Amino acid sequence: MFGRLTIEALPLYSWVAVGGAAVTVGGALLVAIVVTWLKAWKYLWTEWLTSVDHKRIGIMYIVVALIMLVRGFVDAIMMRAQQAVALNSGGYLPPEHFDQIFSSHGTIMIFFMAMPFMTGLLNIAVPLQIGTRDVAFPFLNSLSLWLTSAGAGLVLVSLVIGKFSTAGWTGYPPYSGVEYTPGVGVDYWIWAILISGVGSTLSGINFIVTILKRRAPGMTLMRMPPFVWTALCTSVLMAFAFPALTVACGLLALDRLAGMHFFTNAHGGNMMNYPNLFWIWGHPEVYILILPAFGVFSEVVSTFSRKRLFGYESLVYATAAIAILSFTVWLHHFFTMGSSANVNAFFGITTMIIAVPTGVKVFNWLLTMYRGRIEFHPSMLWSIGFMVTFVIGGMTGVLLAIPSADFLMHNTTFLVAHFHNMIIPGVLFGYLAGYMYWFPKAFGFAFDRVWGARSFWCWFVGFYLAFMPLYILGFKGMPRRMEHYNDPSWQPYLMVAALGAVVVLCGIGCMVMQLYVSVRDRNLTRDSTGDPWDGRTLEWSTSSPPPAYNFAVLPEVRDREPFLDMKERGVAYQRPAHYEDIYMPKNSMVGVVMGALAFVLGFAVIWYIWWLVIACGLAMWVALIAKSSDDEAEYMIPAAEVAKIEEARYRALGSRAGGGT
Amino acid sequence: MKQAFNQLLQMTAIVGAVLVAGACDLRRSAVLDPKGPIALAERDLLIDAFIVMMLVVVPVILLTLFFAWRYRASSTTAAYTPKWAESVRIDTVVWVIPALIVVAVAVLVWRSTHKLDPYRPLASSVAPLEVQVVAQDWKWLFIYPEQGIAVVNQLAFPSGRPVSLKITSDTVMNSFYVPQLAGQIYAMAGMQTKLQLLADAPGTFVGRNSQYSGGGFSDQHFEVIAQTPADFDAWVAKAKQAPVKLDATTYPALAAKSRRNPIAYYSAVEPGLYDSIIAKFTHGNHASGAATPPARR
Repeated sequence: MFGRLTIEALPLYSWVAVGGAAVTVGGALLVAIVVTWLKAWKYLWTEWLTSVDHKRIGIMYIVVALIMLVRGFVDAIMMRAQQAVALNSGGYLPPEHFDQIFSSHGTIMIFFMAMPFMTGLLNIAVPLQIGTRDVAFPFLNSLSLWLTSAGAGLVLVSLVIGKFSTAGWTGYPPYSGVEYTPGVGVDYWIWAILISGVGSTLSGINFIVTILKRRAPGMTLMRMPPFVWTALCTSVLMAFAFPALTVACGLLALDRLAGMHFFTNAHGGNMMNYPNLFWIWGHPEVYILILPAFGVFSEVVSTFSRKRLFGYESLVYATAAIAILSFTVWLHHFFTMGSSANVNAFFGITTMIIAVPTGVKVFNWLLTMYRGRIEFHPSMLWSIGFMVTFVIGGMTGVLLAIPSADFLMHNTTFLVAHFHNMIIPGVLFGYLAGYMYWFPKAFGFAFDRVWGARSFWCWFVGFYLAFMPLYILGFKGMPRRMEHYNDPSWQPYLMVAALGAVVVLCGIGCMVMQLYVSVRDRNLTRDSTGDPWDGRTLEWSTSSPPPAYNFAVLPEVRDREPFLDMKERGVAYQRPAHYEDIYMPKNSMVGVVMGALAFVLGFAVIWYIWWLVIACGLAMWVALIAKSSDDEAEYMIPAAEVAKIEEARYRALGSRAGGGT
Repeated sequence: MKQAFNQLLQMTAIVGAVLVAGACDLRRSAVLDPKGPIALAERDLLIDAFIVMMLVVVPVILLTLFFAWRYRASSTTAAYTPKWAESVRIDTVVWVIPALIVVAVAVLVWRSTHKLDPYRPLASSVAPLEVQVVAQDWKWLFIYPEQGIAVVNQLAFPSGRPVSLKITSDTVMNSFYVPQLAGQIYAMAGMQTKLQLLADAPGTFVGRNSQYSGGGFSDQHFEVIAQTPADFDAWVAKAKQAPVKLDATTYPALAAKSRRNPIAYYSAVEPGLYDSIIAKFTHGNHASGAATPPARR
């Protein structure tokens, strides 16, 4: 009846594990109680969970990302604490627990923090920037969100029922095979990634079509905002790279469930085929995450330098070049496999070639600041912090790309420091810059700048404190993923790194304060203009938050900076001659239901509850057929209703001193 | 004022002392303090590439900070050109200069990767010492076919004589790592990788598994000893006195999972043991002992 799920699955093996489970269950209960107390279940269901509006989906993606950021950070600070004390001692975490923590930290931060954060920003900004009313496939968008959330849910549940993988976020076989790791941990990892990976592939397809087919009249490819260009390249990478991950994890699942031998030691399996497949996804993944961050930096640096983006075409070609080259470098993740010198040298050199377009981008931002009027909005702080820190990570990346040097540094904390140096200042700073840049657009009130700046400084200083010592420890030959160690000269550096984690914790605290203060003061800081930064692109031309249909009349684009162009020509905020009926997609509960079913299906496979697997599979099939048969997927907003909403906006604009024309 | 100045001076002194201590410590770190020609060449490569990269990194950091300050909104003297966004000359420079740097580094990469190929035997007047390495859960087994001995968690050899390692795994993937002598290479079941070692002078070094392999991973380190030829001979003689032999009956007990294994010696090794460890995963699909990763078949 319940497969291998028994009462033994409760995490009673240590107090730390019980604590983790208690916090997870307690957090879920708290949310449920608050929603019930506010009598908000119906509102939550009809307005949010079943919504297919890209703006709301974007916000929900970012809520998932922020929750998972906190969860992943708890893992991080627990590891730092363990390593700070574990000289010749067991510290406070046994290896079996520590190993789960480094595995869940990486898995969460890549798949369930960075990916949803990125997809959320795409959802909020891209349709508005290209002047359309929604994405090409609104229901698919909702389904993607709920599949991603189902994966995140599986990772969270592994804290309460059973254990998580100990095989690291990369899950290399044969260790992750059933022979060496028979428990449910690796299965949790596989099914969380398989389910959310489908969501990511679908998001990629959705945004490719949206960007290629739904641009406002006049917006040629070479007039697209830089963020849209990076979103397009990222979506292409998602659509082409994620299937490789799905295949790699799928084959590993077959090895584990069906006794097959793709990656096993014996019976003709070859474990090195797994790293090849994994990193054919994994390296493009780095660019999937970082290109949209580059896009945000391009928007932010231009807006807060009050200057046109320097070298737009150069930047576009650099983005596209990075996207293509990202598929040619995967082997640099395992130079130490024993490939011939020709193979290693080839992949070393292709890796360095990527540094060229990346360097070009840095110079473009630099030259955008040159002769600008720089305002130090928190988003601009993240951008400047990114530029000075990212080049260090780029440099250490080039060092690791030299195969012979990689033989010295591979698998050490130097490598850990390098990729955190790319992903924290590169990816996360970019997303946080975007979060603070588009927050007023999404909610219609200001995002507190003081707490935003404090958060930046804590993250910035905390990053250096936490990761510079890891570079040094790499020189000292400290492998990554050590639960304890016997070299006393490592400990001072690990203590500094732990201090860094505490400073980052303050940064997260400041982010919470920023949200609190901003929401508390929302009625004092309402933005009636929709354009708080004197923006350049179309998202600032509509109200904040935008109406469901985004634009009453689709804008006409004549320049790379369409909204600035309109303001300069004096045609911004012009009343149209008349309004027309607008058709918008209806909300659908199928997305959230299918997400829930996917979650139960994953859980049932993990625990070998086969009847439930079949039941969920069938139910998903039925839901999909039902949705596909729905011929009335749209509803109409009558012209009079549009006129009413728009008139209210013009009144608000008019009451503003020096308001629109 | 004077008190504040003194405090500042004290702070600077403390930070300076920490940095100097850190720098001295860094110089002694394993990777930057190599004890053999291979690790030395790898380290020099690291430093050369570092210096080349600094040509880009330092100007970018300084220019970012300088522009952020120079063109701050509150500045009344800085130029402001809101529409200036194109310059063919600058575009050319930002594409061509990094490209030239990459070309230079690429040449360095191609040459060094071939010169330091871990499979390439070291040029030496002395024949290399052959050692077969087996990664186990969670320890390292070293088999000396010429000497007919085997050792757990200790790799000894004469300094000045190249050591040619053949490496496999009897469990999950490991990575054999001696930062001060040779760097690292993966150990994989059913396959064989190679690595060359050479120590300039006698000394003791740390070797580890750098690839996470399960619960006992943190303790999976071994002692690497470069000795004078006389000391090495004495070491072999001592191993020969050990009471236990390594053969098909004693091997399974050794290969079973165990943590924090003490150094142990075996006075004799059944011939072909190493090849049989590889062969048991390949079912005769490979010629025995010649099994290599795909790229080297």
